[in-house]
Amino acid sequence: MIKIEHLFKSFDGKEILKDINATFENGKVNLIIGQSGSGKTVLMKNIVGLLTPERGQILYDGRDFVKMKKKEQILLRREMGMIFQNAALFDSLTVLDNVMFPLNMFSSMCYEDRVKRAKHCLERVNLPGTENKYPKELSGGMQKRVAIARAIALEPKYLFCDEPNSGLDPKTSIVIDELIQDITHEDNITTIVNTHDMNSVMGIGESIIFICKGIVEWHGSNKEIINATNKKLEDFIFASDILRQVKEAQSTH
Amino acid sequence: MITIKGALVDTGRYVRLMGRTLTKPDRWNMFMKQYVTEMFQLGYNSIGIVLIISFFIGAVICLQIKLNIQSPWMPEMVVGYTTREIMLLEFSSSIMCLILAGKVGSNIASELGTMRITQQIDALEIMGVNSANYLILPKIAGLMTIMPILVTFSVASGIIGAFCTSFMGTVTVDELLVGFHYEFNQWFFWCGIIKAVVYAFIITSVASYKGYTVEGGSVEVGKGSTDAVVLSSVLILFADIFLTQILT
Repeated sequence: MIKIEHLFKSFDGKEILKDINATFENGKVNLIIGQSGSGKTVLMKNIVGLLTPERGQILYDGRDFVKMKKKEQILLRREMGMIFQNAALFDSLTVLDNVMFPLNMFSSMCYEDRVKRAKHCLERVNLPGTENKYPKELSGGMQKRVAIARAIALEPKYLFCDEPNSGLDPKTSIVIDELIQDITHEDNITTIVNTHDMNSVMGIGESIIFICKGIVEWHGSNKEIINATNKKLEDFIFASDILRQVKEAQSTH
Repeated sequence: MITIKGALVDTGRYVRLMGRTLTKPDRWNMFMKQYVTEMFQLGYNSIGIVLIISFFIGAVICLQIKLNIQSPWMPEMVVGYTTREIMLLEFSSSIMCLILAGKVGSNIASELGTMRITQQIDALEIMGVNSANYLILPKIAGLMTIMPILVTFSVASGIIGAFCTSFMGTVTVDELLVGFHYEFNQWFFWCGIIKAVVYAFIITSVASYKGYTVEGGSVEVGKGSTDAVVLSSVLILFADIFLTQILT
């Protein structure tokens, strides 16, 4: 479980995150949603340690990441996996080497076991047979799946996904979402997904926080979100006319 | 526009980056793999340009001295002697490193800059890898290791170039041989090696700093690459003055 308490972050005097409080539960897909510029990427960067907050606590199963020494932070990071918006695969390495990279760096397995583990991860994301390809030879969706395989190679306790569906078609987005959800449930991982894709929200949003201008405006689940009464959340969700029509149709039945 | 504050901030950030870079690698086998790759990419791939440029510069220095300096009052060995000293003391170390600052420096800065903007460096950090150490240390160690070989090749190629001018009839082989052997001081060769190794550190560390700290997009990567070449060239020229004073 990851708990955020009274988190503040500003850039050049401008407050981007204002007193964020949130709990991201174990074994669930936790979504951070909000419009572009709402502060969700800054929040995620603070959670994973790419940015340091001015105030507040980030508790990983009770361990305060902000107050940890550098060495302890590095050790904790080995329990994390992250999928970036653009996959962030290493261009110079093959798919297999990309997935093996964290194993090569941190595991004590022998070479054969590392290869076996990497191939198992690739099979899990439905990418067998791509081991010797380079990232540039793969489609966007395949790159994302390789990124997922790399992120789970070390069996992380915490999985972070920064807009995993960005740039993907709706069908591939659903595949990626389902993959993230399956991995989260099967491995009992604390997963945080940063998104503004409403398909993801409705499909995998077991626990959702909605951020607007650096403030948590609403939290709940995908079952509750449609009927939420928060004005800012409504504006965000029903920005699309189609969803508004669906809601209106539901209410008339 | 360069300001004093900006230069101080840059220096501080450079020192901090080097502090993170010059530490024990997380995994020695991964470091060695990267180290060999970098030696090949930065050093081996530069041998061609070093040989070509050194050959022609050696030949041109020889011709210029013969045509413009030698007179009936000058001893015959002046052409060979001066060509040798220029190649050993300045060209094969300093000037060749200025050329390599362009080739290798821009390569390093653009590679790391692209890794930065495509979040590959962030990915390393989140895995708990010391990205500066993993990416930069093998480049510094690789070029510093292979630089003495490049200097030796450059000197040899320059001297062969000078010899080749004898085919044009301007100088004779005997004239050159006398000059090349005249009061040869082995220390001058080592001076060139020491200088080039220092320059290798300047090229790789400055270019890595400029690439690693890129913020923005492709335009900033291009700017970082240009800045890396300009700054490392200027630093090489400054270092040349001090090293020449100290070593000779």
